[in-house]
Amino acid sequence: MKYWASIAALFVLALTVALAPTNDYFFYAAFVVLQFVVLATAWNILGGYAGYVNFGAGAFFAIGAYTATVLFKWLGAPLAVQIAAGAAVSGLLGFGTGLLTLRLRGIFFAIATVAVTFVLETLMINWRYVGGATGLQLVRPAVMPPFESYTRMLFVVMAILALVSVCVARYVQDSWIGRGLRAIRDSEEAAECSGVPTLKLKLFACTVSGALMGAAGAPMPMYLAFIEPASSFSLNYSVSALAMPMIGGTAHWAGPVIGALLLASIQQIVTVTISSEINVLIIGVLLVLFVVAAPDGVLGLFRRWLRSSK
Amino acid sequence: MIFSFDLLTEALLFGVLLGCFYAAVSIGLSVSFGLLDVPNVAHPALMVLGSYCTFLLAERGLDPILAGVALMPVFFVLGVLIYRFYYESFEKRGTEAGVRGLAFFFGVAFIVEIGLILFFGVDQRSVAAAYIGSSWSLGDYRIPYRMLVAFGVALVLTFGLTVYLSKTFTGRAIKAVAQDEPALRLMGANPVRIKQWAFGIATAVSALAGAMLIIVSPVEPAMDRLYIGRTFCVVVLAGLGSMTGTLAAGLILGIAESIVLMFLGASWAPAVAFGLLLIVLGVRPQGLFGR
Repeated sequence: MKYWASIAALFVLALTVALAPTNDYFFYAAFVVLQFVVLATAWNILGGYAGYVNFGAGAFFAIGAYTATVLFKWLGAPLAVQIAAGAAVSGLLGFGTGLLTLRLRGIFFAIATVAVTFVLETLMINWRYVGGATGLQLVRPAVMPPFESYTRMLFVVMAILALVSVCVARYVQDSWIGRGLRAIRDSEEAAECSGVPTLKLKLFACTVSGALMGAAGAPMPMYLAFIEPASSFSLNYSVSALAMPMIGGTAHWAGPVIGALLLASIQQIVTVTISSEINVLIIGVLLVLFVVAAPDGVLGLFRRWLRSSK
Repeated sequence: MIFSFDLLTEALLFGVLLGCFYAAVSIGLSVSFGLLDVPNVAHPALMVLGSYCTFLLAERGLDPILAGVALMPVFFVLGVLIYRFYYESFEKRGTEAGVRGLAFFFGVAFIVEIGLILFFGVDQRSVAAAYIGSSWSLGDYRIPYRMLVAFGVALVLTFGLTVYLSKTFTGRAIKAVAQDEPALRLMGANPVRIKQWAFGIATAVSALAGAMLIIVSPVEPAMDRLYIGRTFCVVVLAGLGSMTGTLAAGLILGIAESIVLMFLGASWAPAVAFGLLLIVLGVRPQGLFGR
C-alpha cells in the first residue's frame, strides 16, 4: 500500500514539476536521466537477477527508436502507439537473441548482443526509408494542451515509463520468477535439477528486459526531432546500462535506480561543464572500481555501513 | 551489382590476405579466451593501444614491424599484470566471476579507448614505411605490399604459436591448464603462474597485431569495437583454442568480408563478421574445429 502510494506521489510530483514555470533545460536533462533509469532497470532484470550480461542495450534502445520512427513516418502514429510498438519489437528482438544464445555460456550471450548491435546498425545505415547513415529529420506534432512544450510532455512520459519499469522489476524480483532467476545466477545446473524451468525463465527475462529498453528508446526520435544510426546504436548506452546497475547494486530493484540517478546526473553535469569524453571515462573508471572493490554496489556499501554502525 | 569472374578472383585473392591478417589479430584472443577461458573483451582495445604505441615509435623513425616486436616485452608485462589483477579480484573469489569479470574487461576496453581519444584525439593515425602505399603487380592484379607484409607476419605468428604450444614444455603446460586445471594442480604445477605466462604471451602477440593493424589501414581509437566482432567471430568459428582452426576461420571471414566489400559495398562490410558470429553461435557454437 505504502509502495503504491509512493509511486502515485512520484507521478503527481513529475506532473506538477512539468506544469510549473521552470527552466526548459531542466526537462532536457531530466528526460535523459529518467531514460537511463529505465535502461538500467531493464538491464538488471536479466543481468542482475539472472547473471546474463547484455552488452547490446544500445541495440534494443535503437530498435525501439527506429520502430517509433517508422510508425511515425508511415502512419503518423501517436506517441503512445510508438512506445508500445517499440517495446513489442524490442521484446521480440530480446526473445530472438535469447533463443539463439541462452543455451550457451554467459559470455556468448554478451558477445552475441554486441553482434546484434552491429548487424542492426548496418541494416539501418543501409535502409533509405529511415534516412540511412545521414539520418532523418522529424517534425514533431503539436503539443497536447496541459503542457507548455513538447519536451515537458516527453519528460512526463519518461517518468511514467520509469515508474512502470521499476514496478515490473519489483514484481519480477519478489515473485517466483525472481527466485528462479536468482537460482539460475547461482548455479544453472542446480536450478535445472531442482525443476526450475531455466530456459523459459531466461527467455522471459530477456524479452521483458528488451521490451523495456525498446520503450526507453521509442520517445528518443521525438525528443531530438531527429534520428541517426551512429548515436542511436551508440555503445555508450550499452556501457551505461551495464555500469549503472553494477554501481548501484544488482541484487535489488533500487540498485539500478540509484546507479542511474547518480551516474546520469553526474554525466549531465560533466557533459555540460567539461567534455563528453570525460563523462564516458568516468563511467568506465567507476565501473571497474566498483566491480573490483565493491561488488555489491552502492546498496552493498550502504548495508555494510548500516551493519557496522549498529 | 556487377558480377565478373575477374572481380571474384580479385576478391578471393584479397580475401586470403585479409583472412591471414584477421587470423593474426585473433590469435592472441584464441589463447586468452579460447584456452584460458578469460572473457577478454578488452583484447581488441589492447591491440589498438599497440597500434598507437607503434605510431609513437614509428614517428621517431622506427620501422613499424620492428616497433611492434619491440613493444612485445612491454605488452607481455602488461598482460601479466592484467591477468594477475583479474585473478586476484575475480577468479580467486570464485562465485559470480562471470558477470563481474566480463564487466571488468568491458570497463578496461572502454578506459583504453577513451584514454586514446583524450591523448590522441579522434582523428585517424597512420604510419609511413617503404612497403606502405606501393603495390605489387601480378598479371592484371595489384596487391598492396602492406597486405603482403601483414600476410607474412600473420603466417609466422600463427605457426610460431602453434609450434610453441605443441612442442615446448611451457606451451604444453598451457594446453594442459586449458584441458584440466585440477589435474595440473595435482601434478604439482601452479596453474595460476602458467595462465599468467600465457596471458602475457597473448597480450604480447596483440602488440604485434596492433603494429600490423596500423600498417594495413589507418587506426582510430574506436576501432576496437569493430574488432570485437572480427576477433570473437574468428575464435568462436575456429573452435575455442584451436590455432590452425584460427587460421582457417580467419580465411573464411576474410574471404566473406572481401566478397561482400566487392559486390555489396563498404557500408555492409561491418555486419559480415558479426552476422557470421551470430550464425555460428546459433548453428554450431562449438566451432568448426571444436573439441
